[in-house]
Amino acid sequence: MAQQLLNAIFIGSIYALFAVGYTLVFGVLDVLNLAHSAVFMLGAVITYSLVALHGVPFLPAALIAVVACGLLGLLIEFVALRPLRRRNAPPISALISTIGLALIFVAIVEQATPGTVFSWLWQDGANSVRFPSGAVPNPTYHVLGLTIEGTKLLILITSVVLMLVLGYVIRFTQLGRALRAVAENRRAATLLGIQVDRIFASTLFLSSALGGLAGLLFGLAISDIGPYIGRDQVELKGLAVIVLGGMGSIPGAVLGGYLLGLIEVLAFVRFGSNIEAGVAFAALFLMLVIRPQGLFGARLRERL
Amino acid sequence: MDFVIQLFTDPVGFYNQHELLVAQVGINAILAISLFVTFYSGQLTLANAAFMAIGAYTTVIMSLYLPTPLPLNMLVGALLAGLVGVVVGLPVLRLRGVFLAIATIGFVEALRLGVILNVPITGEGQGLHNPTAEPLAGIVPILISLPILAYLVWRLTRTRLGQAWSAIREDELAASSNGINVPLYKMIAFIIGAVIAGYAGALETHINFYIDPTEYGVARTIQILTFAVVGGTTNVFGPIVGAVFLTALPEIVRQFASYRDVVNGIILILVIIFRPQGIVGRGGLALIRPRWLTTWRSSREHPASAL
Repeated sequence: MAQQLLNAIFIGSIYALFAVGYTLVFGVLDVLNLAHSAVFMLGAVITYSLVALHGVPFLPAALIAVVACGLLGLLIEFVALRPLRRRNAPPISALISTIGLALIFVAIVEQATPGTVFSWLWQDGANSVRFPSGAVPNPTYHVLGLTIEGTKLLILITSVVLMLVLGYVIRFTQLGRALRAVAENRRAATLLGIQVDRIFASTLFLSSALGGLAGLLFGLAISDIGPYIGRDQVELKGLAVIVLGGMGSIPGAVLGGYLLGLIEVLAFVRFGSNIEAGVAFAALFLMLVIRPQGLFGARLRERL
Repeated sequence: MDFVIQLFTDPVGFYNQHELLVAQVGINAILAISLFVTFYSGQLTLANAAFMAIGAYTTVIMSLYLPTPLPLNMLVGALLAGLVGVVVGLPVLRLRGVFLAIATIGFVEALRLGVILNVPITGEGQGLHNPTAEPLAGIVPILISLPILAYLVWRLTRTRLGQAWSAIREDELAASSNGINVPLYKMIAFIIGAVIAGYAGALETHINFYIDPTEYGVARTIQILTFAVVGGTTNVFGPIVGAVFLTALPEIVRQFASYRDVVNGIILILVIIFRPQGIVGRGGLALIRPRWLTTWRSSREHPASAL
């Protein structure tokens, strides 16, 4: 049981890291970025291809992948979001255009086999792969009868540190203040001289870099890297997480992530793996029906 | 291109060669209509795949265990989908916009992963074998149902009910202050959409020997949404055109067939940015006109509105 709880914490960290990026975009731009899960997948795929196909050591590869994912966030902003803001489209339009981008990203990876245009990025088509053994040192520790793998420990530390850093940035830096101002009232922020478009671009960069990092950590811990990991493993669960925590709330997303990890592990222990898969969505559905503002959202009443 | 040429020069030969494609186009068009009904009333609900699953499973389970005739089974499937629509709609329709979309996505996956995969009668992850499937005979009811449904829904949008939906879509507050019972009309749209989706699911089991739970996930709903958005939702013919266009597209340009989702994604983005009213916009088919040109002009005329 203690081992199961430990697993809940690890998977919860990944959910939280993924959902923080999701909820950040929703809080600042009022847009649900459904391409976020595709960026998550690309984070894992880019790291894998750098390590396995191009022989880059793991740490620089991970760094490059995170930056590349941030740049993909800018692509999302410029291609799918900014043109729609220009014509004051309803937020639902942005949801649909990001679905379009997600379709493209997933299909590019899925169709990449040796000899195709994207073979530099990916060569395994729709198959799922894992990092070559030895590419990442993975010592195993035994503490109090629990088995802790080094990679999982790395995930826990990375996500906690990053979430603390993000909290600091949002609370105490100039960028964070601008972000919160824009989230609160776009028009007033513009009048105060904040470059709203620049804030949106930074938000997308930050969010997608976090999403990509979550993806590569997922690939590392679960040993499952493929074109569908974003769509199948975290896209909808990420929605459940940010709904549980309250849409747009960053502490909510963090706690929601760990909460979902815990709920899933408990459902698995109690009812088996078939129920585990559905429990996130039942929680999502019930939460929206009973308390749509989430556990921590107080000011969201008007946004419904 | 042979594909298109054959459609005009040799329609009978075309039909014989591409029966399953024609059937799939028909199913997709009916599904697009089901999404259109709720979209027309101003709500983005994505529960269609779940209602399809209810229609499909009900029909097949009834033909497996009961001696009832097939049309009755299909009818029961569609009505059961509508009934579940009432139960789900009551709590969910209080939500709006993105929240409504997310809640209905949650419903789709909760039904698929939570119920269908755990109830023995649905065959769980294995799916069900359909004893009454007749791929070729199954096409006829699809081809008959599509025009009838399209006509009915088109007539419906012309009635007081349809006008109420339009009013709610344009401005919910104004609609309710003019005495329109907003929750009631939203509910009616949701139920009609559910019944049509359930019916489409029942029809589809007829052309497949097998029902597979993975077919009824969120990906399916997103696909249906793509049809409606690309075709346009100002009238019922938009979603049908979208479904026909996007389902047949991989056949028309075979070179891109494996990159189908890339093409679909690009089309979706271009349409939502440059032609939000879809291929079939107001005034019938119109050429694609860049929207940024008009917004750029108006923002120069009224600088304040650029905000």
